[in-house]
Amino acid sequence: MKKVFCLLLTLCMVLSLAACGGNSDGDTAPADSGNSAPADTGSDAQEPAAGGELITVGVINNDPNESGYRTANDAAMRAMFTEENGYKATFYNNNDAAQQIATAQQMVQDEVDFLLLSPASTTGWDTVLQDAQAAGTQIILFDRMLEADESMYVAAVVSDMPAEGQTAVDWLAAQGLDEYNIIHIQGHMGSDAQLGRTGALDAKVAAEGNWNYVTQQTADWDEATARTITQSVIDSGKPFNVVYAENNGMARGAVAALDAAGITHGKDGDVIVMGFDSDKWAFEAVLEGSWNYMGLCNPLQAETVDSIIKDLAAGKQPAQKIIYTPEQGFDCDTLTQADVDTYGT
Amino acid sequence: MMTPVKNPETKVKQPGESLLKRLVRQQLFIPFAALALLVIFNLIADPSFFAVSIKENSLGNPVLSGNIISVLDNASELVILAIGMTLVTASSGGQDISVGATMAIAGSVILRMVCGGQVAADTLQMPLFLAVLIGIVVTALFGAFNGTLVAYFKIQPMVATLIMFTAGRSIAAWINNNQLPIMNDISFKYAGTFLPGIPVPTPIFITAFVILVFWLVLKFTTLGLYTQSVGINANSSRLNGLDPKLIKLLTYVILGVCVAVAGFIRVSRSGSINYSRIAENIEMDAILAVALGGNALSGGKFNIYGSILGAYVIQFLTTTLYKYEVPSTALPAYKAVVVILLVVLSAPVVREKLSSMKKAPAKAAKEVS
Repeated sequence: MKKVFCLLLTLCMVLSLAACGGNSDGDTAPADSGNSAPADTGSDAQEPAAGGELITVGVINNDPNESGYRTANDAAMRAMFTEENGYKATFYNNNDAAQQIATAQQMVQDEVDFLLLSPASTTGWDTVLQDAQAAGTQIILFDRMLEADESMYVAAVVSDMPAEGQTAVDWLAAQGLDEYNIIHIQGHMGSDAQLGRTGALDAKVAAEGNWNYVTQQTADWDEATARTITQSVIDSGKPFNVVYAENNGMARGAVAALDAAGITHGKDGDVIVMGFDSDKWAFEAVLEGSWNYMGLCNPLQAETVDSIIKDLAAGKQPAQKIIYTPEQGFDCDTLTQADVDTYGT
Repeated sequence: MMTPVKNPETKVKQPGESLLKRLVRQQLFIPFAALALLVIFNLIADPSFFAVSIKENSLGNPVLSGNIISVLDNASELVILAIGMTLVTASSGGQDISVGATMAIAGSVILRMVCGGQVAADTLQMPLFLAVLIGIVVTALFGAFNGTLVAYFKIQPMVATLIMFTAGRSIAAWINNNQLPIMNDISFKYAGTFLPGIPVPTPIFITAFVILVFWLVLKFTTLGLYTQSVGINANSSRLNGLDPKLIKLLTYVILGVCVAVAGFIRVSRSGSINYSRIAENIEMDAILAVALGGNALSGGKFNIYGSILGAYVIQFLTTTLYKYEVPSTALPAYKAVVVILLVVLSAPVVREKLSSMKKAPAKAAKEVS
């Protein structure tokens, strides 16, 4: 009995290892971040009745559980690339760039027509891109950029992260505080979103004499870590008046620490709270004045990607290589319920 | 703080032994020494570390605030996990590496219950007590699953719990249909923040209660004795009428219950959950706490208070590092240093060397005569 069970277990592990190596078919279950993706419920099995008309796409995205933004982004992609919409799509989710690259390699070998990429890190993709070009697979980046020559991909539908950061920093500068003592909580280091949102603030702090960091720490998009970082600043007794968190979850964690210490925040509060992304609850926090600012990072690129693919299939090249999703910043003075309903996810 | 359970051997005084030597022999020496080191460091570097003040939180309640309070508060989950982990380690000679993932499951179940399946809820959809109870039952079942693999199928604990380590967070996401639920009812957050009118963070009370329960259980039942004897020699305890399998299974179920309590505290702190990030790597801290408490990771004799103290030491270290603005990504490196020291100090080769060094002068004296 024991031996049989051990054998079964070993088999399971070997199979999941094989899945690690790069699986081409879609997994319907969300992949565990940092670990191998669970074995797939192969979409290979369900050959479309329509025959060869379907466009095959491979979608490589980050872990949908990473943040509310990612949940919305992943859900939109899965809703768009379905057989009803003329696609035979396979999905892969992982926050580990190495796993993403391995899977992308596999998808290229399986000769998908389009490879849709949201890279977990901006570097390391050269081989995949070259292989894709050789195999005739067209690459479209969504949500995040990577470091490569523009000729390596047909289009990129992305958020302009440096612009997001700049908009937020400009808004903050417009508040006209005498002194800016900032708790800066960063996202996953090296990600496009972190680089863009940090870059603008770093430049401003370096340029202005009255802009200071009280602390600058990464919380890796984690709410609990953000709370701990903020709590530690409060405990140290250093004065601060701005919390610049690079996503909403982390801003929420920081606010929990502020609340516990009785530090007022938001509209008419002592501390300005800033977050990013598109979560509905965060919009509501801004609307009720508990937060001051939220930089919208639009997770809904699926429609744009869809239209680009349809155009390419019809032989039409996209007008621009890099298409930025429309984004803006919202603050507690100007945000309306209508905005919340339009942009909240 | 805690009354240490004295090991029989440490009681034996050898004539002529210095007080220091006897101190070093104590199992609780390492965690106490580590704690003392941290306290001394902070006293020298910045005594204001120990300042505790009363502030008013945003709800108008007076609350205690300060680094020491933060340590006691934030260590809560780790302490509770370390208690369960000590029992598992003692009985099965291995560790459960899935506690972080099953904490995600516990949190997910509890949130799903109180939110009634909605993405965001403003009021509790189910009595909190009931939701937590369901969370406890679910993780106790997962604990039983791990325990069955270890006890009845005799699989290495680390391999057996690797299954839940890998799958747990996906299961947690699945429980809530991949949504990230948010509970806005303020009473849900009492357990993770403050009860109205009470200035001490609630997690400290919950932890104290858990410690009290285990103190009573270990004092008035034979659980501790049975766990130790199974861990020391499963065969001879079987010959003496114990059921080693059942006892191993039981320790895993107990750890499952601890996991649910820790998971509840964690989600209660914020009223939301992030499956891939919640309690990430906490299993490593829990194992480290057990080791830091002077418990053998190969099982057998254990001292639960050592692990508890170990957990507080780890949180003390973390809070100290945060205070000095060590990048949060570098924290594991500092913990690694602690692990290296512990492992090296407890390696048989080093122990032999150390004890022979003590004996060396005596030997030399003998040779001369």
